[in-house]
Amino acid sequence: MWKLFHQFGSPPHFYRLAGHLIPWFGGAALVLILIATYGGLVLAPADYQQGDGFRIIYVHVPSASMSLFAYTLMAVAAGTGLIWRIKLAHAVAAAVAPIGASFTFLALATGSIWGKPMWGTWWAWDARLTSELILLFLFLGYMSLRAAYDDTGKADRASGLLAVVGVVNVPIIHYSVVWWNSLHQGATIVKLGKPAITGDMLWPLLMMLAGFGCYFATVLMIRTRSQVLQRERNSRWLLDL
Amino acid sequence: MSGPLSGFGVVLARDLRLAFRRPGEMANPLLFFILITAIFPLGLSPEPELLRTVAPGVLWGAALLSSLLALDLLFRSDYGDGSLEQLVLSGHSLPVLVLAKTLAHWMVSGLPLVLVAPLLASALYLPPEAWGTLMLGLLLGTPTLSLLGAMGAALTTGLGTGSALLSLLVLPLATPILIFGARGVDLAVQGMDPVGPLYLLAAILFLALSLLPLAIAAAVRISLD
Amino acid sequence: MPGATGTGGEGMLSKDKREILLQAEGLELWRGERCLFRDLSFELLEGAALHVSGANGCGKTSLLRVLCGLTEPEEGEIRWRGRSIRRCRDDYQHAFAWLGHLNGFKAELSARANLAFSVSLRRETNPDVRNDTLDQVGLDSVADLPCRVLSAGQKRRLSLATIMLSAAQLWILDEPFTNLDATGRAMISRMLDRHCANGGTAIVASHQDLGVEQRYLQHLEMEDTG
Repeated sequence: MWKLFHQFGSPPHFYRLAGHLIPWFGGAALVLILIATYGGLVLAPADYQQGDGFRIIYVHVPSASMSLFAYTLMAVAAGTGLIWRIKLAHAVAAAVAPIGASFTFLALATGSIWGKPMWGTWWAWDARLTSELILLFLFLGYMSLRAAYDDTGKADRASGLLAVVGVVNVPIIHYSVVWWNSLHQGATIVKLGKPAITGDMLWPLLMMLAGFGCYFATVLMIRTRSQVLQRERNSRWLLDL
Repeated sequence: MSGPLSGFGVVLARDLRLAFRRPGEMANPLLFFILITAIFPLGLSPEPELLRTVAPGVLWGAALLSSLLALDLLFRSDYGDGSLEQLVLSGHSLPVLVLAKTLAHWMVSGLPLVLVAPLLASALYLPPEAWGTLMLGLLLGTPTLSLLGAMGAALTTGLGTGSALLSLLVLPLATPILIFGARGVDLAVQGMDPVGPLYLLAAILFLALSLLPLAIAAAVRISLD
Repeated sequence: MPGATGTGGEGMLSKDKREILLQAEGLELWRGERCLFRDLSFELLEGAALHVSGANGCGKTSLLRVLCGLTEPEEGEIRWRGRSIRRCRDDYQHAFAWLGHLNGFKAELSARANLAFSVSLRRETNPDVRNDTLDQVGLDSVADLPCRVLSAGQKRRLSLATIMLSAAQLWILDEPFTNLDATGRAMISRMLDRHCANGGTAIVASHQDLGVEQRYLQHLEMEDTG
C-alpha cells in the first residue's frame, strides 16, 4: 500500500500514467459535455418562472462546484507536499490554481449573465456570487505569492501554507457571507433563485457536472505534466525519454 | 526560565520597547484610521442619516485597512538585521515567540483603534448604545486581524513586493471578521441583541490563537530558508 | 554533474579519544538551478575547530545555514550526538550559537541592552561576565550608545560578545573576521583557541586562516561548482 503511494508520487511514473489517461478523460469530457448541453438546452423544459434564461444554470452550478473542489484539491495537494515533502504534490497544487481561478471566473460570469434579466444589473451581492468573488481573490493571492518567489521550492512552500490556512477559512467565509446576505430586510431579497428542479432538469445538470469533472481532470493532468517537465528538466529520467 | 512559554515575556518586552523608540511608526495606524473615517463623510455627504447607516461598515473597514498598513513592518526589521534568525535558533518554541511579537504589535497598533473608536463613532452619528458593541467587536476582531496579517507578513517579508501583496493575501481571509463586526454594530443600532456576531468573533479569535501561531512560525522558517 | 565534495581532515589528537559531536552525511543542496554541493559528508570531533574554506559563492554560507537547521537540504542528514537534528531540534539549538553575515541585534538599542536580551533569551548563560565581556571585546566605552552609531567593526565585536556569553558548546561562525582590523582578528583567534582549549567546538567559514593551534584544526574545502 505504501509502495503504491510512493510509486504514484514519483514524477516519471506519474508522467507516463497521465500520458495514457489524458485521451480517455478528454474523450469522456467531450462526450458528457455535449450530451449534457443538448439535454440542458433542448430537452429540458423551460422553467415556469424564469423561462429559458435559467438554462445558464447548467454552466453556472457545475463551474461553481468545480471552483470549490479545485481550491480544496489545491490545499490538500499543497498540504501533502508540505507534510510529506512530495514534490509531485506541489506540482499538482501549482497546476490546479489557474484551473480553479478560471472556473471561479466562469461561475462569476455566468452568474452575472443569469442575474441580468432578473435584477437589471450585471452584478448583485448574492451570497453565492460574493463567495465566489472572495474565492477568486484567494486563488489570485495564491498565484501572486507563488509568482513573487524566484525559487520554486520556496514558492511551493509559501503558497502551500497560504492555501492550507485559506481552506480552513473557506467554510467560515462562506457561512459569514450567507449570514450577511440573509440579514437583508425588505422587498429586494437578492438571491439567484433556483427553479424547482425536476427529474428532467436534473440529469443534464449532473451529467454536465461529471463532464466538467472529466475536463478538469484532463486539463489538470496536462498542466501537471508540464509542471513536472519544468521542475525536473535536469533529471536523468527526462533526458532518457 | 524554562517551560513551554519561555521567551515570551522577553520578546514581548523588547518589541514594546522598540516600538516606543519609533513613535512615528506607532502613530501611523491610528492616524490612518482617523483619516479613512474622515474621508467618507467628505466623499459621501454630511447628512447624519446617511452617515449613521454607513458608520459600522466604514469604521470596521477603516480598522481593517489601518491594521494591514502596520503589519507589513512586523517582521521586516528583524529579518533585515538578522534578529529573526536568532529568534528561530534561540531554542524556544517559535510559535510562542511570534505570538509575543504579534501581541506587542497589536498592543501598539490595534488596541489604540479600539480606544479611539467611540470618538470616531460619534463623529459618524453612531448612537452611544452601539459603542459598546463596536469596541468589544474591535477588541475581539483586531487581534485576529493581527494574527492573519502576521502570517501574511511572514510570507512576504524579504520579497520586496510591498504591502500590496500582503493586502491581497489577507483581506479575503479577513472578510468574516469584517462582516460579523460591522453587522454586530448594525444589530446594536437597531436595538437588537448583538451577542451572536460577538460570540462568533470570539470563536474565530480562539481558533486563530490556537492555529495561526503555528502557521506564522512555519512562514517565518520558509522565509529564512 | 559538478558539485562540492568535502574531506574531513584529522587533527593531531587521535580520533578515538574524542567524541564525534556532529555528523553530516550525504548533504545535497540546490539553489534554483545550481547544485551547490552534493554528497557532502564529514565528522566533527569534540574540541575541534572545523575550517570551512573555499571561494566566494561556492556554498560556505549555505552549508553553515544547513548545519544550523535554517535551510533544509534536498538530501542528507545531520546528526548531533548521534541523533538527527530534526528530531532533537530544541536540544541542538541550545547547544550551538550562530553568527551569520547579519549581526543579529537591534540598531535602536544599546550594546548593553542587546547583550542583555540575548542573554535572557538563551537558557544557559554566564550570568556574571556580561560587563567583563563588553570590556574584553573593547566595547565598554560605547556600551550605552544605540548600536546604529557603532562602526561595522564594533558591531561585529558585539556579535562576538553575544557568542561568548551564550555558553554554547558549538560555535557556528560565518566569516567572523569581516570588518575587523588586525587587533580584532587576533582577538577572534584567541577566542577560538580558548574555546577549543576548554573543550568547545567550532565551525568557521572563512577565507583566511583561523589562527588556531594546529591540533584543534579540521579542514573542509568547498569546491566551486560554477
